[in-house]
Amino acid sequence: MSFLTVAFAALFYAATILLVVGLARRIYLYWKTPAPLKIPTTPAPITTGGVVLRMFREVVFFESLFKGSKWTWLFGWVFHMALFAVLFRHLRYFQEPVWGLVEWVGPLFKYLAFAMVIGLLGLLARRYLVDRVRYISAPSDYLMLLLLLGIGISGALTTFVAHTDVVAVKSFFRHLMTFNFGTMPNLPSDPLMVIHLGLVALLMIIFPISKLLHAPGVFFSPTRNQVDNPREKRHIADWARKLEQ
Amino acid sequence: MAKAEFEIPELKEYPEIPPIQPGAMAHSKPYVAKADFQEPLGYPGELVDDWQDKAIEAMGDLLGKYRSLQVFLDACVKCGSCTDKCHYYLGTADPKNMPVARQDLLRKVYRRYFTFAGKYFPKLVGATDLTEEVLEDWYNYFHQCSQCRRCSVFCPYGIDTAEISMAAREIMDRIGLGQKYCNEIVGKVFRIGNNLGLPGPALEDTLEGLEEDVFDDTGVEVKYPLDKKGADILLVTPSADFFAEPHVDGLIGYGKVFHEAGVNWTLSSKASEAANFGMFIGSYENMRKISLRIREAALELGVKRIVFGECGHAWRVAYSFLNTLAGPWDFLDQNYPIPQHICEFTYDLIQKDKDKPEEEKVLKFDKSQNDDMVVTFHDSCNVARASRMGDFPGGQFVIPREIIKTVCNNFVDMDPDTVYEKTFCCGGGGGLLTDELMELRVKGAKPRMEALRNVIEEDGVTHMAMICAICKAQFTKVLPYYGRGMDMIVSLHQLVSNAIVLTGQQTEDEEEEENEAAAE
Repeated sequence: MSFLTVAFAALFYAATILLVVGLARRIYLYWKTPAPLKIPTTPAPITTGGVVLRMFREVVFFESLFKGSKWTWLFGWVFHMALFAVLFRHLRYFQEPVWGLVEWVGPLFKYLAFAMVIGLLGLLARRYLVDRVRYISAPSDYLMLLLLLGIGISGALTTFVAHTDVVAVKSFFRHLMTFNFGTMPNLPSDPLMVIHLGLVALLMIIFPISKLLHAPGVFFSPTRNQVDNPREKRHIADWARKLEQ
Repeated sequence: MAKAEFEIPELKEYPEIPPIQPGAMAHSKPYVAKADFQEPLGYPGELVDDWQDKAIEAMGDLLGKYRSLQVFLDACVKCGSCTDKCHYYLGTADPKNMPVARQDLLRKVYRRYFTFAGKYFPKLVGATDLTEEVLEDWYNYFHQCSQCRRCSVFCPYGIDTAEISMAAREIMDRIGLGQKYCNEIVGKVFRIGNNLGLPGPALEDTLEGLEEDVFDDTGVEVKYPLDKKGADILLVTPSADFFAEPHVDGLIGYGKVFHEAGVNWTLSSKASEAANFGMFIGSYENMRKISLRIREAALELGVKRIVFGECGHAWRVAYSFLNTLAGPWDFLDQNYPIPQHICEFTYDLIQKDKDKPEEEKVLKFDKSQNDDMVVTFHDSCNVARASRMGDFPGGQFVIPREIIKTVCNNFVDMDPDTVYEKTFCCGGGGGLLTDELMELRVKGAKPRMEALRNVIEEDGVTHMAMICAICKAQFTKVLPYYGRGMDMIVSLHQLVSNAIVLTGQQTEDEEEEENEAAAE
């Protein structure tokens, strides 16, 4: 096995552990931190079903962002949806046999890499060009976009310009996933693939310690996930109940 | 005098988003609370020596108690959706009045002390130590937030700057850096029973005066009872309703509605205040203590229902928090909402009257009494975005408007981007209704003033009705800066009061005859 192969094998194991453990810890933290008061942004649903629907509109259509800023919504929504589609298509590199649906959407979804990149460029332009958004941006805010752009562009190039030995890449990941190191093939060493995989690993590592926590965070946002029924149902946190004793 | 000290914003026909002017409001800050105002609330009298450590400790404590704070400090992606939504930003152009930038004042310290990235790569993620400059920014800019929640409507993660402001104020209180206006008022509520420090005998006098006024006006004996044991309904209303204009006209209206409904009601000298400034300072304990007065009053008087008067943040605490803070309310009549808003009470009667013939109606109105007005309605932020009325989402918008339309012939709504859930704060909410913040208050009122001006010019609007004591006080003070008369502001139940025809009141014909006689 080449050094590159061993290094990337180690990197992806480490990145996966950091991602999973880091996210799990964060989600546990959100879960166990009480919300002592009812603070849904009203008008809010008055049933649990209504809250599920509100959350669905929020995470699928970015409803609030749409109300707030049409341009940010357009670029942000296009980027996220394209990202999910591209990720879905990437299942083909990890599955054996590949699901029919993944196989079927593959040829179409690969073009969504362009939508993803356009969305990211739009967000980057807005971040720099709008004085208000530039004011609130830290270096990490730009770097996050550049990281995602790097992933998107390097990935698109391997698909559309400089093909890599994708069969070997898939075999590498299949072996990683099954902890089968004996027959593990070498990872192709063309620079685009190395960059693409390296940036993906970096993204996985920083996910739980960065603003990417917005992904789990949105589900725990009390202003969006609470039912508007404070008069009907008494809501009280454990620490607040202790004040009553 | 104050008028010359700062520039009054120019109103535009179409709202404009100003380019940022860093530091434009860096000088704006409220008076700091002295020890006398800090200590009754359980806070140190002055800035403690180890304030940095204590502040970080307090932040850690709150992070463990409030999921909102923990999630909101983590989740922001700096998308910018909120940056042009705050009335204080739109009115002052100070970038630290953009909701996200205001949050960042706290977030950058949170990152520095509580996150991996901020501990090891502070410059990269914009994390900073808690320095004196940062504390000064906290004090100044967390007192330039009226906790109106408009930003939270537009945030893809529902981040509510009000939650951040409340936490920041609680942290500052705990290190001895409190705000005089709020903390003095909370102390007054504990000592005397209401924000204005009106003792029981003064209330009694005032209410007797109201009874006389209403009698002179209508010839009907409408009672405004205080501490009446065995009454069915306890009315809890902001103390401004007892004497401020136009608040008191609203109180007169509640009394007339109760009178016509034939209910047995009372005010309480112990709970003579609906407002709860414990919310503004983000203190669960103080908010709870203030709320418990209402529970005690309800138990002592033996009432079966609680109704709240017109007050925005009070209604938030009442509707959203009262059950949590001072419940369970198992000793009250469960057939009615606990608590109920005075608008719900009035609307309920109007609804039940709908199918009845005129003479059987409980509330009879002569709409023409309000014909000298073209009325618009200002949704108060805490009613609009932090509570509800009625049994359906959005009832807080429908019910007040339906009442107005029932008692007024001329009603016009303002620009849809400035009402309902997108309503703009009056500029004086959240514990900022104090004279030393007048510049902020005038500038913060700009978006509402623009929308109001447009309906004045296009639809001939003459009056703006509202259901919040702070909004009423703020607008009556701020309107003159924009060249309008303070008498434009009316209480919603003032409109009800104008139009209601009390049982036994002179009919219109009689009145006309009298007028004719007087004219001759």
